[in-house]
Amino acid sequence: MDRVAGAGQGRVVRVNGPLVEIEGAEGLSMLELMALGPSRIAAETVAIAGTRATLQAYEYTGGLKAGDIASASGGELSGFMGPGMLGQVFDGLMRPLSSAPMWLGTGHSEAAAGTPALARYWTFVPTAAVGTQVTSGDVLGSVPESGAVIHRVLVPAGVAGELSWLAPEGALRGSDSVAVVAGRRVALTEPTPIRRPRPFRKRLTDAVPLHTGQRVLDLLFPLARGSAATVPGGFGTGKTMMLQQIAKWSDADVIVYIGCGERGNEMADVLDGFSQLEDSRTGRKLLERTVIIANTSNMPMMAREASIFSGIAVAEYYRDMGYDVVVIADSTSRWAEALREFANRNGDLPAEEGYPANLASALAAFYERAGRVTTLGGTTASITIIGAVSPPGGDMSEPVTTDSQRFVRALWMLDRDLAYSRHYPAVSWTGSFARDAVELGAWQAANGQPGWATRRARALALLTESDRLAELAEIIGLPSLPGPEQVLLLGGRLLRDGVLMQNALSPHDGYSSAEKGAALLDLVFDVVDACQRLVERGVAASTIESADFGPVLRAREECGPSDDAAVRARGAEVLAALEALQ
Amino acid sequence: MRGTNGVGPEPPGVTDGVLPLPALLGARISHSDIRELRGPLLVVGGAHGVGWDEFATIDLPGGAHRHGLVLEIDQDLATLQVLEGTDGMSLGGIGIRFDGRPLHVRVGEQWLGRVCNGRGEPLDGGPPIMGAAALPISGWPLNPVFREPPANPVLTGISVIDALMTLVQGQKLPIFSVPGMPHLTLATQIAAQAVSGGESFRVVFAAMGLTHADIAYVRDRLEQRSAGGELALLLNAADDPVIERILTPRIALTVAEHLAYTEGHDVLVVMSDMTSYAEAVREVSAARQEIPARRGYPGYLYSDLATLYERCGRVRGRKGSVTIVPVLTMPAGDITHPVPDLTGYITEGQIVLAPDVAARGIYPPVDVLSSLSRLMRSGAGKGRTREDHLEVAAQVMSALARARQAAELAELVGEAALSDTDRSYLSYRTSVEAGLFAQDPDEARSLDDTLGRAWAALAVLPDQELAMLPAAFLKRYLPQRSDRT
Repeated sequence: MDRVAGAGQGRVVRVNGPLVEIEGAEGLSMLELMALGPSRIAAETVAIAGTRATLQAYEYTGGLKAGDIASASGGELSGFMGPGMLGQVFDGLMRPLSSAPMWLGTGHSEAAAGTPALARYWTFVPTAAVGTQVTSGDVLGSVPESGAVIHRVLVPAGVAGELSWLAPEGALRGSDSVAVVAGRRVALTEPTPIRRPRPFRKRLTDAVPLHTGQRVLDLLFPLARGSAATVPGGFGTGKTMMLQQIAKWSDADVIVYIGCGERGNEMADVLDGFSQLEDSRTGRKLLERTVIIANTSNMPMMAREASIFSGIAVAEYYRDMGYDVVVIADSTSRWAEALREFANRNGDLPAEEGYPANLASALAAFYERAGRVTTLGGTTASITIIGAVSPPGGDMSEPVTTDSQRFVRALWMLDRDLAYSRHYPAVSWTGSFARDAVELGAWQAANGQPGWATRRARALALLTESDRLAELAEIIGLPSLPGPEQVLLLGGRLLRDGVLMQNALSPHDGYSSAEKGAALLDLVFDVVDACQRLVERGVAASTIESADFGPVLRAREECGPSDDAAVRARGAEVLAALEALQ
Repeated sequence: MRGTNGVGPEPPGVTDGVLPLPALLGARISHSDIRELRGPLLVVGGAHGVGWDEFATIDLPGGAHRHGLVLEIDQDLATLQVLEGTDGMSLGGIGIRFDGRPLHVRVGEQWLGRVCNGRGEPLDGGPPIMGAAALPISGWPLNPVFREPPANPVLTGISVIDALMTLVQGQKLPIFSVPGMPHLTLATQIAAQAVSGGESFRVVFAAMGLTHADIAYVRDRLEQRSAGGELALLLNAADDPVIERILTPRIALTVAEHLAYTEGHDVLVVMSDMTSYAEAVREVSAARQEIPARRGYPGYLYSDLATLYERCGRVRGRKGSVTIVPVLTMPAGDITHPVPDLTGYITEGQIVLAPDVAARGIYPPVDVLSSLSRLMRSGAGKGRTREDHLEVAAQVMSALARARQAAELAELVGEAALSDTDRSYLSYRTSVEAGLFAQDPDEARSLDDTLGRAWAALAVLPDQELAMLPAAFLKRYLPQRSDRT
């Protein structure tokens, strides 16, 4: 950025935690990145009044004094994007943590230019032809980044013209040039502003499901690729566990996992677990398709605010290569709290519960960066966003929970009562919704699962009916219910314990194929139908109740993750045993 | 002790190595231009060159000292929170000397066996603690890449915890209690009995706002550990300065981190009572007229608590671990109160004590269904505790959930109207509470004993109700029918 020497420098006049005011810097622009004091603490410009500017510091400001120098960088908050991000852990400001020291002090990796990925050599394979006209999003060549993902090197947004030079096939460092387009050098790894959405050609509206491998979601509350879901749940409801399961098993190409204000041990666990687990679709380690943004709860609060955008920027980078990306943000409440914290220190008038008035629009802008699109390069790709919400006190009427629900296509409400009775994933069937269920049912019907919508409807009806009957039984006692209703109660229990519950730690049950899920549902429905026939034949409901339904309940654990045939075979045995009841 | 006279060698990896110039020169300029006194806050003018979060010593007329932390810098004005409060202070006659850096504390094995106040000054008549290194008490965030996922079980000898909510090295597992419950008994029992891999723990106990009676109890219960040089006590009593409580847990954790990652010990930090700590944070926030979030607590309480709780863990390639057991009392037993609520979001589970369990005469009075150890799955089971541990725990929990439903049903319709299965769950509950959960405050049970008791309780249920237990375990561990009542 052109600027008179020294004009972008100011002096610190006020320090209040992450809020820093400087005086004397001219020509600053909003969102411009500044470095504060001798340890060059990163800060972003959030307000300008004459020569005075308000900054939001991204690091601990201990020791910062009035009179310390604040110097402008000339650029916005950016991350280096290029090959080598997969399998890596970054902090909220997109600085690699793998090369940072054990204790994160201030300015720990100010020299982001020293990221290992920049110094590392990659094998570049050119595919474009020199001398042709290229535009944004066109593929220049590729780098085999990890076994699972081919890294496509694209013409950057806003660049078009003649391709005058292209690197030959061979080894390139991350910082090396790969091409010259219309006189602009294109490097393998380029700094990319994280707050600006990357352009695409158009949004697609047809619904294609994202298979998560979690039965309660895939069978009852499905999510379309390119849409957004929110997962509110009080502490102890298994939110993080469920999100980790989705990160492990959904059929996406790239996962961006944002640990926003969450536990350090969890990040270690994700890192450790994903480096051991294999992706069944590619046979490679799950970590090789995962980018982790880690801003643990003890890391500076304001970097938490940026971490969400860092994650989305990485997702858009891989989307533009033509991949289906899932972004998991755990937790958006911590992000909203960072917004609130800064707004309060800045003296903004609070709206609800101290949150700033723009909370709803900030959440909407975040979730709207999800989408299934035609990229500039003409391929179909998507970003699906799953955001966790941590409602204080489990209060589902608090602002972040209520506002998030307005902007998503699926709500997976986690229920404390379910969690306390160890029913995981604790997705409530009464409080959740899936707004694309009808369209996704049509997709299933057209893609080999004609019974999907019928099964879903019957399962939801059975759950509702058995909940109602359970309340009734509490008042009048179970034996007073008519036989067919007692069977429905039993059916509800089998459906909950045998299908919806899923043991994340079990090698058989952690992931469930669509076919296995369908087979388990059919098994429960068949058992319910058989029991109803028994009742009609005059068998006492208490006799049916005391039959051994263990094989039904254990089918999910004992049959392989994609072994629907074994579930169906087991169904035949169970039904035969039931028929024998007198 | 306040690290003003020189700097010791810092452990490797600590980036904050260099002392700012004023401290090196010993330039203790005394500022006396006091502009304002409000609650625990003091505003001083002419404070050029003072940094945010700096530590300061306040000299009162007559030679007394107080201490403060810089909360805000605005031009030449510095706002300090005075740890001992501003009572009796006036605008004149006060001198303030700034340290030139945030509060540092001397760390080292010298802490073991010592008793100090909430600021780390000796109460036991011994000399000030002069460890080899001085470290900032706020610590630095541990790079998540360096974290070793917790995996080693900690056996407390307390059945209900070991069996159902196994504590793991490097975990933070709070005790949620209500006034009048024996949470200190439980916390000290954990501190006294906990072993991991056959080794006992070094214990750092931070008391915040505890009554003198409670403090005497803690000292008495842990006397053996203290005499053995395995315990450091930091005591801020209920009548000690309130704002000082903000420092107490930070000093404790700084000492613990050094003992763990530099000296290689497994350290257990018990912090009680976190509600008193949070109230001190709220008091400062209110004095600063910050916009409150819930119940007057500041919006940053989550982050503030996280900077304490997140200091637990293990580090790749190093011996030692920091395990944290915070204790807090829930005002009016309300688990949705901001302190337990935000704590629960940060910690890896919770042990909830309930008056109705205590009323049935059970010690420890743990509300099992509300309690949870998130890391249990990585610390228990085959190769860690015993092969059947996780399955047995899951079955005990699930049966308890069912038993609670049956009990609620029985209250409505009468026990006679229950099915045989439901009635068996009622007797299961009696059996598991008496056989497994109830225990003496000084009784340490082996894991085999504990799991044996769990199996004995499960044996009360009909076989088809034990659907979560694999057939092989049923065969190996379930007491034979002839033994069953």
